[in-house]
Amino acid sequence: MDRGQALKTTIPEEDYMTSGHIACPGCAAPIAMRYCLKALGEKTIMVVPACCWTIIAGPFPYSSLKVPLLHTAFETTAAAASGVRATLDIKGDAETTVVGWAGDGGTFDIGIQALSGAVERNENIIYICYDNEAYMNTGIQRSSATPWGAWTTTTPAERPEDKPKKDIIEILVAHQIPYTATATVAYPHDLMAKVKKAKGIKGSRFIHILSPCPPGWRMSDELTIKASRLAVQTGIFPLYEVEKGRKYTITVPRKQGVPVAEYLKLQRRFAHLKPEDYDIIQKNVDRAYERLLRKTKQSEIL
Amino acid sequence: MKKILMGNHAVSYGALLSRVEVIAAYPITPQTQVVEKLSEMCAQGKLKARYINVESEHSAMAACIAAEQAGARAFTATSSHGLTLMHELLHWAAGARLPIVMANINRSMAPGWSIWTDQNDSLSQRDTGWLQIYCESSQEVLDSIIQAYKIAEQVLLPVMVLLDAFFLSHTYEPVDIPDQGLVDQFLPKLDYAYKIDIKDPCSFGSLLPPEYYLELRYKMQKAMEEAHDVIIQVDKEYQQMFGRSYGGLVEEYRTEDAELVLVASSTAASTSRMVVDQLRDEGMKVGMLKMRFFRPFPTQEVINALKGVKKVAVIDRNISYGQGGIFCEEIRSVLYNIDQHERPPVFGYIAGLGGRDITPTTIREILSHTLKEDKPKENIIWIGVKR
Repeated sequence: MDRGQALKTTIPEEDYMTSGHIACPGCAAPIAMRYCLKALGEKTIMVVPACCWTIIAGPFPYSSLKVPLLHTAFETTAAAASGVRATLDIKGDAETTVVGWAGDGGTFDIGIQALSGAVERNENIIYICYDNEAYMNTGIQRSSATPWGAWTTTTPAERPEDKPKKDIIEILVAHQIPYTATATVAYPHDLMAKVKKAKGIKGSRFIHILSPCPPGWRMSDELTIKASRLAVQTGIFPLYEVEKGRKYTITVPRKQGVPVAEYLKLQRRFAHLKPEDYDIIQKNVDRAYERLLRKTKQSEIL
Repeated sequence: MKKILMGNHAVSYGALLSRVEVIAAYPITPQTQVVEKLSEMCAQGKLKARYINVESEHSAMAACIAAEQAGARAFTATSSHGLTLMHELLHWAAGARLPIVMANINRSMAPGWSIWTDQNDSLSQRDTGWLQIYCESSQEVLDSIIQAYKIAEQVLLPVMVLLDAFFLSHTYEPVDIPDQGLVDQFLPKLDYAYKIDIKDPCSFGSLLPPEYYLELRYKMQKAMEEAHDVIIQVDKEYQQMFGRSYGGLVEEYRTEDAELVLVASSTAASTSRMVVDQLRDEGMKVGMLKMRFFRPFPTQEVINALKGVKKVAVIDRNISYGQGGIFCEEIRSVLYNIDQHERPPVFGYIAGLGGRDITPTTIREILSHTLKEDKPKENIIWIGVKR
C-alpha cells in the first residue's frame, strides 16, 4: 500500500502551531492547542495566564503560535479575554474569536472568580481549560481538579487527595451559558467538532479538555492518548456537551465493561491505592455516569 | 461651558471628553458616582465606549490591560481597597507599557473600615511604574484626566489621577467643560503601535529570560525620566488651548521671598493656599509648594523651590510605618545632595489620616510649630493626635 495514502488524515492540514515548542514529551496540552486552532482558524486571539502554556509558547522573542497570544496574570484569563473582546467590538471586528486558554489551577482555583464574572455577563468569548489535574508547571501540587485518591507533591501517598474533583462543568452550566462541553485529545474529531460548534455560537462558551501529563501522572510518555481514551471509555471523563445550560448530549458514550482500574493502573500517581479504593472510585464513576444519563434523558423531555 | 460638578463627575466628564473606548469598573465608595455617570453616558450614546461591569477591581484592571493592548483607550476608576486589590496588575499595566488612565479616590485602608480620605492607598502603589497626579480642585481633576492621556500615550506608561475622598469627590464646584472639538485637537485618537493584530501575530508578555528583563526595566525608568519634560510640555499646550495651567509637576505659590515654605498636596494644598494668603497679610514671609506629581518625582522642581529657604514644613496625609510621611521622606532625600549651606531643615508633619479634617487652624498650628523650633526634634511631628 502507498504509504502516503495510508497516512491520509481527515484532520485539516492547516496548522497554527509551529514545531519547536517546549512542552514535556507526551504532553497533551500542545496537542489540544493544535486541534483547537485547526478548528478555530487564523482569526483567533489567544489569552493565556500563568500555566504550562506560558512555557510551551516559548520565551521572548519566540512564539510557537501563528496567532496573537496575550499573556496575562494567573487569575485574569476571563477578564482579560473580556477586555480584548470589548476592543474588537468597539472597533467593529465581529469575525475574530477571542479564546481564554488556561490550566486547571487558573480555572478551577485562582481564576474562578473572573471566570464566573465573565460568563455571568455572557461575554462573547470561548474559554478552554486544559486540565492536567494539578499544578504541573510548578512541580505537581494538588488543585481542586485533582481527583480523589491521587498522589501529588502536596498530597503525598501517606495522605493522598481526599476530596472529589470539583465539577467545573456543572458550575458553568449553572451560569446558563450557551455552550459547555468536554473533550480529550484521544477523540480529535469530537474535540474539533465541539470547538467549531462553539465558534458558531455567540456568548460565553466553555470547553473542558482532559490533558494527561506524563511527569505529573507518573506515567510513560507514550501513554497520553491511551490514558485520554481510557478516561472516556471508563466513564471517568465522559464526553458530552450542554447547550443553553439545560440540553445534555453525550457525544461519545462510555464503553461497557472497561473498569476504572484500567485507567488508574496506567498512572503511578494512583499506585498506592488498594483494591477497596478502586471499588470506591468505580462506584462514584458509575453513579456520576448514571446521573449524566438521567440529565440527557431529562433534556429530551425538555 | 460651565457646570456645577462634584469631583467624581469631573472625572466622568474628563473621560467622556477623552473619548475613552473601553471602561471596566467595579463600584466602591466614594468612587461610585464616577462609574455611574460613565455608564449613563454610554447608555445614552453620549460616549461610544464598551462598558464592562466586572466582578472586581482586579478584573477591572485586567480587562483594561487587555483592552488597551488590543488598541483601545481604556479607563477605570477605583478607591482604596479596590486600588490595592489591583496592585499586581498595576505592575502589569506599567510593565506592558500601556497608557491606561485611572482615577483613584484617595480613601483610607481598613481596619477599621474608613471611607474617608488619606493617601496611603495610592502611595503604597509608588513602585508600580504609574505616574501619579494629586489634584486640588474638580477643575484640575477634569483637566488632569485629559492631560493624563496625552502624557501616557507619549511616554507609554499608565497614569493615576488622584482626588481626596469627600473633600473633593463629593464637593460641588463650578467646572469649565472644554469644547469637545478642541479636546479632539489636543488629544488625537489613540494609535498604539504595539497592539494585538491578527495580521501580525505576536506574543505579548511572554517569558522573559534574565538577558532581556533588566533592559526593559531600564527603559521604564527612562520613560519616567522622559515624562518630566512631557508633563511640562503638555501643561503648556493645555494652557495655550484651554487657558489653564497647573505648573506641570509642581506649583509654587508665593514662594518668591519666602523664608518658610509649606509643602502640601491634594485638598490640603487648597487650604494651605488660603492660610498662606492670610499670613502674608499678617506680614509673614511664607509660601507653598504644591506637589502635583508624585511620580515621576519632581526632583529638580523641589530643589529649586526649597534650596536656600530657612525652613520647610511638609504636610503628609499618609504614613510609611517605621519611617514617616512619604512626601517628606522623598523631599528630604532629594535635598540631601545639595550644598549644606543651602539645605533647609525639613519638618515632617502627619495630619488628617482617615479623613480627619485639615483645617486652616491645623495648618496655622503646623506653621507656628515650625517657626518656634530651630530644627525638627523628631522625624514625625503628629498633629491632632489624642494621646
